[in-house]
Amino acid sequence: MREGDERVFGELVARWSGMMLRLALSHVGSRPLAEDIVQDAWLTVLRSLDRFERRSSFRTWVLGIVVNVARSRARAERRSIVPFSASNEPVVDPSRFLAADHPRWPHHWAVEPVSWRTPEDDLLAGETRKVILDAIDVLPPAQREVLVLRDFEGLTGTEVCNILRVSDTHQRVLLHRARSRVRNALERYFTATETM
Amino acid sequence: MIDRDLPEMPCRELVELITDYLEDLLSPAQRTRFEAHLAECEACNAYLEQFRQTIRVLGRLPEESLSSEARDVLLAAFRGWSRR
Repeated sequence: MREGDERVFGELVARWSGMMLRLALSHVGSRPLAEDIVQDAWLTVLRSLDRFERRSSFRTWVLGIVVNVARSRARAERRSIVPFSASNEPVVDPSRFLAADHPRWPHHWAVEPVSWRTPEDDLLAGETRKVILDAIDVLPPAQREVLVLRDFEGLTGTEVCNILRVSDTHQRVLLHRARSRVRNALERYFTATETM
Repeated sequence: MIDRDLPEMPCRELVELITDYLEDLLSPAQRTRFEAHLAECEACNAYLEQFRQTIRVLGRLPEESLSSEARDVLLAAFRGWSRR
């Protein structure tokens, strides 16, 4: 890379740009803006190569640059960015559980979840896929960012901490909330459709 | 054997801990309580399975990719940079 090997650069662009695009999209709703961000990030990578200190993996460093570029572009374009919130929202609506003073089953399910009848392969198709993608779209940006990197891209918790510069606990809390919201969206959909 | 000195973990608490459980980050006591509750609660088993399915499906969503025009622009930029 430092010798100016165009082929290597081309391979990295081909291999990583999809992931960088999804990461950028998790900050801004617009695809053209996300593509812009990825372009800017690569140019920043080229400009800053001398400053790469190898304290992290190259990929972590590149993805960290995407996050920085995305955040400043989002601010500049006045897209509202919810700061990393440490809210204590419960992951399931409290009304789903019995009260603390219930005589027999305090804090147990009041309305029990039931296994989804749709086979898992079908979850990727048509309507349910749209439910999932829509659920991801309306996640708070911090949660969406972590969900995309962890569950979609398959990066480790450690790498995500380094990219986003948050603690391990924090990224796990964000991840758990994001996953819970997507599950909730699927459950609402199945409750509406499977009972018909 | 379930340690009968540990308080039972109710469903409301279990659902908050699933990601930690899946990453094996619960304390031994928490994990004992978690698994003891799962052994007795069909609803939580259903929830856990839904949660796992959600994770698996997220990992299988099809990919977006950068447009080829965008890639060409980057390669041109690289050539410009490497000629400095």
